[in-house]
Amino acid sequence: MSEKVLEIRDLRVTFDTPSGPLEAVRGVDLDVSAGELLGVVGESGSGKSVSFLATMGLLPARARVTGSVLLAGEQLIGASNKYMRSVRGRLLSMIFQDPLSALNPVHRIGNQIAEMLQSHQDLSKRDAEKRAIELLDIVGIPQPSERATQFPHEFSGGMRQRVVIAIAIANNPKVLIADEPTTALDVTVQAQILEVIERVQERFGTAVVLITHDLGVIARVADRVNVMYAGRNVEQGTIDSLFDHPSHPYTRGLLASLPGPGKQRLKPITGFPPNMLNPPKGCAFHTRCEYAAEICKLDLPELQTFGDLQTACVRVKELPKAEIRV
Amino acid sequence: MPGLTQGSALSEQNEKDLSPRQMALRRFVSHKAAVVSCIIIGVLALFVILAPFTARYGVNQSVQAPPNSFLSPRSNAWLGTDDIGRDLYSRLIYGVRVSLLIGLASAVISVTLGALVGAVAGFRGGKFDDILMRVTDLFLAFPFLVTLLVVRNVLGGLPWLKPLTGEMNSVRFIIVLFSIFGWMGVARIVRGQVLSLKEREFVEAARAVGASRRYIIARHLLPNSVGPIMVALTFSVVGAIIGESTLAFFGYGPQAGDGATSLGILVGAAKGAVQTGFWWLAVFPCFVLIIIALSINFIGDALRDATDPRLDRGA
Amino acid sequence: MLRYIFRRLAWSIPTLLLVTFLVYLALRIGTNPVESYKRVNPRASRAKIQQYIDVNGLDPNFVQGYFKWLKNFITGDWAPSIKGRREVWPALKDAMANTLRLGTAATVVGIFFGLIFGVLAALRPGGRRDVFINTSAFVGISIPPFISAILLQLLFAVYWQRWFGFSLFPTSGVYPAGHTGFDLFLMLKFMALPTIIVAIQVIATYSRYMRSSLLDVLNSDYMRTARSKGISERRILIKHGMRNALIPVVTIAALDVGSIVGGLIITENIFSYPGMGLYFLKSFGEGDFPLLMPWMVVIVASILLFNLIADISYAWLDPRIRLE
Ligand SMILES: Nc1ncnc2c1ncn2[C@@H]1O[C@H](COP(=O)(O)OP(=O)(O)OP(=O)(O)O)[C@@H](O)[C@H]1O
Ligand code: SF4
Ligand SMILES: [Mg+2]
Repeated sequence: MSEKVLEIRDLRVTFDTPSGPLEAVRGVDLDVSAGELLGVVGESGSGKSVSFLATMGLLPARARVTGSVLLAGEQLIGASNKYMRSVRGRLLSMIFQDPLSALNPVHRIGNQIAEMLQSHQDLSKRDAEKRAIELLDIVGIPQPSERATQFPHEFSGGMRQRVVIAIAIANNPKVLIADEPTTALDVTVQAQILEVIERVQERFGTAVVLITHDLGVIARVADRVNVMYAGRNVEQGTIDSLFDHPSHPYTRGLLASLPGPGKQRLKPITGFPPNMLNPPKGCAFHTRCEYAAEICKLDLPELQTFGDLQTACVRVKELPKAEIRV
Repeated sequence: MPGLTQGSALSEQNEKDLSPRQMALRRFVSHKAAVVSCIIIGVLALFVILAPFTARYGVNQSVQAPPNSFLSPRSNAWLGTDDIGRDLYSRLIYGVRVSLLIGLASAVISVTLGALVGAVAGFRGGKFDDILMRVTDLFLAFPFLVTLLVVRNVLGGLPWLKPLTGEMNSVRFIIVLFSIFGWMGVARIVRGQVLSLKEREFVEAARAVGASRRYIIARHLLPNSVGPIMVALTFSVVGAIIGESTLAFFGYGPQAGDGATSLGILVGAAKGAVQTGFWWLAVFPCFVLIIIALSINFIGDALRDATDPRLDRGA
Repeated sequence: MLRYIFRRLAWSIPTLLLVTFLVYLALRIGTNPVESYKRVNPRASRAKIQQYIDVNGLDPNFVQGYFKWLKNFITGDWAPSIKGRREVWPALKDAMANTLRLGTAATVVGIFFGLIFGVLAALRPGGRRDVFINTSAFVGISIPPFISAILLQLLFAVYWQRWFGFSLFPTSGVYPAGHTGFDLFLMLKFMALPTIIVAIQVIATYSRYMRSSLLDVLNSDYMRTARSKGISERRILIKHGMRNALIPVVTIAALDVGSIVGGLIITENIFSYPGMGLYFLKSFGEGDFPLLMPWMVVIVASILLFNLIADISYAWLDPRIRLE
């Protein structure tokens, strides 16, 4: 395996809310290697966004973040604001879910890209704007030099998301975090955006973290997958091992709820994700797990390695073999 | 088995969630200034209702035989006396009584009127809505005092309105005047609320089953606008009380006939007291007016926060 | 853009006509100009009265009368005031100049501080500074201007004189009685209290607008994008925050002339400041139709003008708006 650019260890994030502390992320361990595409999946509220916002240092001040995040060997947790500013946009970039609101409505597209360039490189305004036009071309925007002088409202949703990607890759970052970049777009556009991301990844060797609800997307583009539930990762591994023989009951549930050829009916996971103000003791999934036993309510299961897969389930050895194939 | 676990997950959430009304109440109570304001207004209301017991003298009664004018605060006149020797403290009680009456009466009338007009305008849209918005725009764009004075005179200048409005310097006239002014703001608020509610499922559903327009307005739209209407009501009370004082201050308020007085009349008298340095005549009425305006505004603000969670910004 | 402005200006003419007609009606009904004339000039001859009726367009038929008034108004054939037969234009011109001075001073001071306080409050919402600014602003808008005028006057003019032997701020007029010529320092001194009183209202209003507008902006997605670029907080606030936050505020500001003029009327009256407000209250009190109508035209025209300015500045600040 190639060198690791991002190493997250025991990341925890707690929000002070009016109803008490809410631990949204409860000890996440995760690695991203150079040039790979890591998929992160999990239900809404499982802590995907919060984990990576914490990595970027973009959480509001009332969030308490502990643990360790090493980016190319440098510690980010507890780093100075100044250092974090120099990291954001240069080594680490993030794309957000809603392209419609992610761009500032009052500034020109070219200007918004140039701003990213100039904040980390010593470029003249003219050079920055020239480079911005090249970037627009790279992400597949036709007539980039005219488009650069337009405002966000003159772009469609898919085009705006391309602009957001152009901004994110402007300084050729080591890691690009894409937080549900296609959720707000319609299906054909989704595929195009994924293509752009893959192209960028190949061309610049950027490591990409793709956060999504959609296992289908993961199956298409990711090298490895990380499954999150209730603020922890419950399973991670290479794409083949996870899709071929998923171990964790939650992963199996996710796969079972996926539409696919040769499947008669979808089997959604019953129940609701837990209330994070007061998560269940032990394995957080036991309220919904069909294999749950008393032992599951005792301790938080840790990740254990089985071949290419790491799984956090105390009963993993006793579970029947997965019958799921995609 | 899955059914069971699902049930327990649900009940766990229910414990944390309160009904919207309880949430609103809790938010209101957490607004300390509003709670204090409620107490202040309550005490004031008690004083005013019990005027025969709380006031020390009659409205027009002098505290002692002449010389009794412009006495500074002392034991037989706690807040001093005015130009003809009447007790300011007692007159304030009677004045606040009239002012609160004006405030409440015109607020209730204008809010009722405004809620109806706003609901119909928002629901029907079209021409009626257009005209309503234009007219209120025009009124709101003009300097308030100018419109107030002009409309006041127009009302007084139309003889056939006499049976409704009474004499121009009566309290009834003032109430009619502020009702005419007050409904516009309320109508706008309710209209906006109705426009946003109109798109929501339960109204669509009611429409789909063929409920009449009047039924939908009465059963769905107005009850769901209770929050904004309550807020509008409190702000109209302040608006009318301040409006009355402003009118009286410029000499267009109700007249002190029959020995009645109002906060406005007392504040108006303060104007003359400034240069001569009879500070109590200026300070106490102004102070009472400020306290009333502030308290009711705080209550209205807290009501708004409590009933409109959108404004509740924790970040 | 220019075409839009011209079209809007062209459109404002019928609006102006309609509104002045309404005002004409209201004044005819509300102030009964003919009766007022007879009351003020009890010995006026029948011919005089008829002449007054003719030149002011006070015919029994309101529509005919309005057009007569309009014709005379446009051709510059303005009737003199009913009391003392003063020329209207010079009086109106002076009043406008005085009010413009006071209003501009108060608005500039008020909006400047209002915006600063609003930003300071929004930067740390819920913090002690925010609570202080927000509560003060709330108190500020709750106190009607004539109350603060009375209290400030009592303190700074009357009691200051008693305690310290001189009056800190004069309480009436633009200059002391008998003063002639221009004296900036004296003028500022006389303008200080009225300016403060109008400015208090403006500060209170705008700090609240600015706070809520900026809070909305600070919570928006594009601010997060800006932050993820690694640019400095100050630059994020100025380049990305302020411009967006100002869009609604500027629009409201231009639409707010009505309420600022309202505050001016009250303040001018209390300080006997010879501006538009005092002019209005005096002529309204006397039912002086020849003085009132031109005043109304000026007010309506300036409201329309500021509406136009609001739309233009809105379009100028916000590229999403196209003026068509
Ligand atoms: N600023 C915040 N203050 C308080 N709680 C927060 C905040 N942001 C997120 N949370 C909580 O943290 C938990 C995880 O949220 P997060 O946004 O990471 O979920 P997610 O996995 O990204 O879900 P989605 O798929 O919906 O984006 C949720 O319970 C959420 O309520
Ligand atoms: S630990 Fe128990 S409850 Fe959790 S996933 Fe494994 S079997 Fe299910
Ligand atoms: Mg998310």
